[in-house]
Amino acid sequence: MCTMIAQQIAINGSGKGTAGWFNVRQANVSYDHPFSVPFEHALNIDFVNEAQGPGARVAVELSAESARALVETILAVLERAEAGGFLEETAP
Amino acid sequence: MYQTDLYEGMIAETVTIPGAGGDLINAYFARPLGPGPHPGMVIIHHMPGWDEWYREATRKFAHHGYAALSPNLYFRAGHGTPEDVAAKVRGQGGVPDDQVLGDLAGALAHLRALPYVSDKIGVFGTCSGGRHAVLAASRIQGFDAVVDCWGGRVVMSKEELTPRQPVAPIDYTADLACPILGIFGAEDRSPTPEQVAIHEQALKAHGKTYEFHIYPNAGHGFFYHNRPAYRQEQAVDGWEKIFTFLEKHLG
Repeated sequence: MCTMIAQQIAINGSGKGTAGWFNVRQANVSYDHPFSVPFEHALNIDFVNEAQGPGARVAVELSAESARALVETILAVLERAEAGGFLEETAP
Repeated sequence: MYQTDLYEGMIAETVTIPGAGGDLINAYFARPLGPGPHPGMVIIHHMPGWDEWYREATRKFAHHGYAALSPNLYFRAGHGTPEDVAAKVRGQGGVPDDQVLGDLAGALAHLRALPYVSDKIGVFGTCSGGRHAVLAASRIQGFDAVVDCWGGRVVMSKEELTPRQPVAPIDYTADLACPILGIFGAEDRSPTPEQVAIHEQALKAHGKTYEFHIYPNAGHGFFYHNRPAYRQEQAVDGWEKIFTFLEKHLG
């Protein structure tokens, strides 16, 4: 059953969907039913731009272990970039 | 005796119906051809959306003699593939219960107004739709039978309540006005067999007519032939139980 466990966060970046690149304005993170990966529940991330309609979406569906590993890796990479003085101050 | 030379026909199409707040929403409507009277069924789609499986399920009810109407509960989320639209709703934490109930009341009223629909109308749903079916049969007057397939969060803790889902459906058990059939998997984690037992106890305590079946070696969504959760033997038996139950109460 749907857990309805979901959070939305405003982000800034680009994502490549079925119609090409678009400006990503929001990430919807949920632990709920996936559409493709063969699990009952998955950690789902939808990078979206709601102003452009439901089709402006880049989706990933991950196992909980994969999601944790991804988070750790993102943080580790950002830490290295920050240590090297490469981080750019950009709009949130 | 089964007559192989009987005429058989069906029409399946999208229609527009008034939903919650008077909003016009769309619905998929499948029904047998002929003057009827056909019992009606409101078919409530699951969290993954108003998708192909639900088109198939709606036609399956029509094949079995029902005028089956499946409203698009995600209509307000905009245009897109069922997955994209459902993902948007998933990210929002689902659709509000009151809005769903308004849409389902609209579907019931639409069926009631049709000359070829009999005076018996049931409601069916799976997953979030199973939960919505229990809510509808408790809070909307006029349903004659309800089928809840693995509807989780019928039993909810206080922590699970949200502004969109502010009341656990089990709390409306006293108001349930028709017989209920429940189809569940023993390996499901929402609802767990323990939660199903709690719901069953509530139905018993309120003197309701119910029939619950918990299938071994089946988890959540075991009717979905397009998912690895599919369990052929249990699904076939579950569908048989559904149509036997509906024939008894709507036939």
